[in-house]
Amino acid sequence: MGASALFIAVFLACAVEAVEATTIVLAAGTARDWRSAGVGVVAALAVLGAITAALGPAVSALPIQALRLFVGALLLVFGLQWLRKAILRASGHKALHDEDAIYAEHLSAARSEPARRGALVPDLYGFTLSFKGVLLEGLEVVFIALTFGSNAHQIPLAALAAVSAVLVVGLAGVAIRAPLARVPENTMKFVVGVLLTTFGTFWGAEGAGATWPGSDAALLVLAPCVALFALGLVAVLRRVPAGARPSAAMVKAG
Amino acid sequence: MAGQSAIQVAGRVRAFGLFVYDFVIGDDWWVAAGVAVALVVTYLLAHAATVTAWWLVPVAVMLLMPLSLWRAVRKR
Repeated sequence: MGASALFIAVFLACAVEAVEATTIVLAAGTARDWRSAGVGVVAALAVLGAITAALGPAVSALPIQALRLFVGALLLVFGLQWLRKAILRASGHKALHDEDAIYAEHLSAARSEPARRGALVPDLYGFTLSFKGVLLEGLEVVFIALTFGSNAHQIPLAALAAVSAVLVVGLAGVAIRAPLARVPENTMKFVVGVLLTTFGTFWGAEGAGATWPGSDAALLVLAPCVALFALGLVAVLRRVPAGARPSAAMVKAG
Repeated sequence: MAGQSAIQVAGRVRAFGLFVYDFVIGDDWWVAAGVAVALVVTYLLAHAATVTAWWLVPVAVMLLMPLSLWRAVRKR
């Protein structure tokens, strides 16, 4: 697999997760307390660092065939989930992911909670909200970077892509102190869904013992085929009347 | 006291299990099950029958995705 393809796939996937984490941290900081939200971010990053340090060598130590099967299966399930949501959104059967709406929702929930001082932070709720948001979204970043990197024997490059995505999005969030609503998140999720499904299909089959015609070059055929298939499904689903208009509850999901 | 802490631990284990399920399996368990079946059959074709097997996972994707979408649209 080309280094640039790996970088783009990991960067895009991690950027999407980073946008979601940034929205939660911004809501925690704005509605509650910036110091508590900041400590929450640092604590979550420390936990993520420990998880990466523990899992990285373990994943790398697996034999390549078993690794490809395991990682391919996980990526494929993950990719199909992303693609499924992206197709439902693009065809109007699920509300588009709206960072402004999600931010407003987190903000209103955070403002309604009473203040409670923690041992190390002025506001325990702000800390917890920020910590959970960064940890949960960060787990996906770690998972994507580790699986792509170990499978392609390019962990440093995958880590660089993940860190770049988190830094770019994080700095943008700090600079504007508002949800990153202009990021074309729905399109990015569609692209990431296609990429995860493509690599999951390729590595999963290879790990199970199949040999792809053209070896790695098969990816160049597989990716456009998955994209076209997904776009075809969007076109078909657009003709199916939506059961109900997307509600605020649907906005929250995914 | 001990009973209460056991309940708390059980609650946390359950919450962690639900998180892992949601993280790995997601909204539609059919997809995860279908992927597992496709990979097992690919393994059997490639190893036991020594048949060309690369096509099976893409075909599974082409079947699973519309099925999962249909289930999602029908639910709404």
